[in-house]
Amino acid sequence: MEVIFKASGQTLVAAVKGDIDHHTASTLRAETDESMKNFGCLNLVMDFSEVAFMDSSGIGVVLGRYKRLVRKGGRICVSGCSSYIEKVLDMAGVFSLVEKASDVKEALSLLDGQEQISMEV
Amino acid sequence: MDNVMKMEFSALAENESFARGAAAAFVMALDPTVEELTEIKTAVSEAVSNSIIHGYRDRKDRSGARVIMECSIFAGGKVVIRVEDSGVGIEDVEKAMEPLFTTGDSEERSGMGFTVMESFMDRLKVISEKGKGTVVIMTKYLDTASGI
Repeated sequence: MEVIFKASGQTLVAAVKGDIDHHTASTLRAETDESMKNFGCLNLVMDFSEVAFMDSSGIGVVLGRYKRLVRKGGRICVSGCSSYIEKVLDMAGVFSLVEKASDVKEALSLLDGQEQISMEV
Repeated sequence: MDNVMKMEFSALAENESFARGAAAAFVMALDPTVEELTEIKTAVSEAVSNSIIHGYRDRKDRSGARVIMECSIFAGGKVVIRVEDSGVGIEDVEKAMEPLFTTGDSEERSGMGFTVMESFMDRLKVISEKGKGTVVIMTKYLDTASGI
């Protein structure tokens, strides 16, 4: 598993490649939290379009990031899920808390759009 | 034709991908769909991770702590996978199998392991007793037109 991080404004994009299991989840978790801090980002996009395998450890990683971000007023969006990954995440009701986009571009506009709405309010 | 494979490995996290890969490679003889294979790999990953994370949570000597996985495939597309550890066991199996239940350690656990196994396999049996290890038996019927 490897992760490529890119900051886009206030949003960090974590493009994950490879397998997410109990073994790799701790690395993904640590690297993402570290990058959020280093880039000073508020929002997070986790892109799973290059993820070949994910078990319930992925649920833990996504929900864990959600909990951290929400405390700081940030938002999280998951993008590029295959139907299989979507099924795994959906088992724990992840999408009732976390937004879903087809790709990174849509994820970024989703998070941007919501920021504007919250600014108007 | 029935066919059996049994392997034993140290309870190390880096063996999780090896275990699910081995199970998938063995099941390939039944000509599963990509979806079926992914489901089996995910269920195996959950069962093996459970043994490594929970079964042997009090074990310092990880190489000595062993997980045994046995895969059986049967004519007509039946797959049975048995994952066994000699770890701490589960006091209340019924409760452990509830969605979102976790023993709540510091790491982020989803508590969805058994739910994933149940969803992706057709039958799941968990045999465990406190201090006596855990055996998980998962059965899946592949949608094979030809069989072997």
